[in-house]
Amino acid sequence: MLKVRVIPTLLWKDFGLVKGVGFDSWRRVGTILPAIKVYNTRDVDELILVEITATSEEREPDYESVADLSAECFVPLTIGGGIRTVEHITRLLHAGADKVSINTAAYEKPSLVTEAANRFGAQCIVASIDVRRSPDGRYECYGRSGTTATGREPTEWARELEDRGAGEILLTSVDRDGTMSGYDLDLIKRVSESVRMPVIASGGAGEYQHMLSAVAHGGASAVAAASIFHFTPKTPLEAKRFLAKNGVAVRTEKNTNRSVITES
Amino acid sequence: MKVVLINYGMGNLGSVARALEECGATVEIAENPTSLVGAERIVLPGVGAFPDAMARLEAARWPGELSEALSNPEVRLLGICLGMQLLADKGHEVAETAGLGLIPGEVVRLVAGQGERVPHVGWNEVRHRQASSPLLAGIGDGTDFYFVHSYQFRASLASDILAATPYCGEFASVVGSGNVFGTQFHPEKSSRPGMQLLKNFLARPGC
Repeated sequence: MLKVRVIPTLLWKDFGLVKGVGFDSWRRVGTILPAIKVYNTRDVDELILVEITATSEEREPDYESVADLSAECFVPLTIGGGIRTVEHITRLLHAGADKVSINTAAYEKPSLVTEAANRFGAQCIVASIDVRRSPDGRYECYGRSGTTATGREPTEWARELEDRGAGEILLTSVDRDGTMSGYDLDLIKRVSESVRMPVIASGGAGEYQHMLSAVAHGGASAVAAASIFHFTPKTPLEAKRFLAKNGVAVRTEKNTNRSVITES
Repeated sequence: MKVVLINYGMGNLGSVARALEECGATVEIAENPTSLVGAERIVLPGVGAFPDAMARLEAARWPGELSEALSNPEVRLLGICLGMQLLADKGHEVAETAGLGLIPGEVVRLVAGQGERVPHVGWNEVRHRQASSPLLAGIGDGTDFYFVHSYQFRASLASDILAATPYCGEFASVVGSGNVFGTQFHPEKSSRPGMQLLKNFLARPGC
């Protein structure tokens, strides 16, 4: 059975690991390399690493840093931030990324998603959608780290991205980001029902129960989280234990085959 | 041990090279087949679409040179993900395209069953289909590996299917015939079990 993934999200700028609230008020929470080492040792399901200032500063991805960071990572690594061309993606894959997350560039040049999927395969392209909910309850997609309204409605945009060849959706509620008050279940449900590809829920996890709800009620294939792992004693491993106890299939110690591996 | 990692412009090369090195290999990232001289292991990684990949391999004259190198039974090839699919006779992604023809079979799209999504992304069970395949030595039946793909290798011979995974019905997740092997999952991204598989691939028989 396919397992539900628990994915720590690491946001970084200037080599520092940061976390904000509502895509703002960034706090420095450590350095990035030790964090990756810890997650690798703890055998997490996957990691998402986003350089949050690359796009706003009109920079290309920092390939050298990605190469250093990926060298310590033997689980799937998705890299986001500043990706605008197929060439950027080629260089990131050479540097050690397994998947890339495209956000702002998809609005500005939707053909990039098509081109990238044709070249690298759908499985390599994670379309990142940042969403804000207006007071009247309407959802809208935002680009440029949640600062620029795009006029796009999330379910329609997700379907277009799927048609263009994206392989997964990383769906983030900007309103819930960093609040630890729970995922936007309504948003997750709407988007996951409108596409056939996997949807990764993001923004708002503060309790293991929130993760369970994103899967059980929202239909998410994976849950991403940052604050809960940075600011509380909660861990991805315990999150999976909680999910397993509540009937969700996860990758547990039993099937990670730890005991029979001999060190080289 | 010299391991040639084929660079045809579309793999997640960095990840694969790093994992092989962690397993003790000396990795040479090769853009053309002259590097095959003296190689004991060859790895064909894969992220991408089938027709584009074959066109690139053919442009660099890999197919003929690979067959030649593999005529030595002590040389082994491992195809990963798309690299495994390229071992087949033909693929049906985008357009029908001839593959490397190293393991009989065809590559067809996954068809999602009730409650399933395609691409198949994430950790899923790998169930042994052949007793005691050296490639799976020390890896428990049903161990989770990391997958990310939309197509599957439909092998012509059941005996070439070393392991299978229950998704979209069931598909071959490890194939092997003689000295040619393929994994639909990414061993380089499957943490400890993946490392064990790569070590098994690198091991010399009898050691």
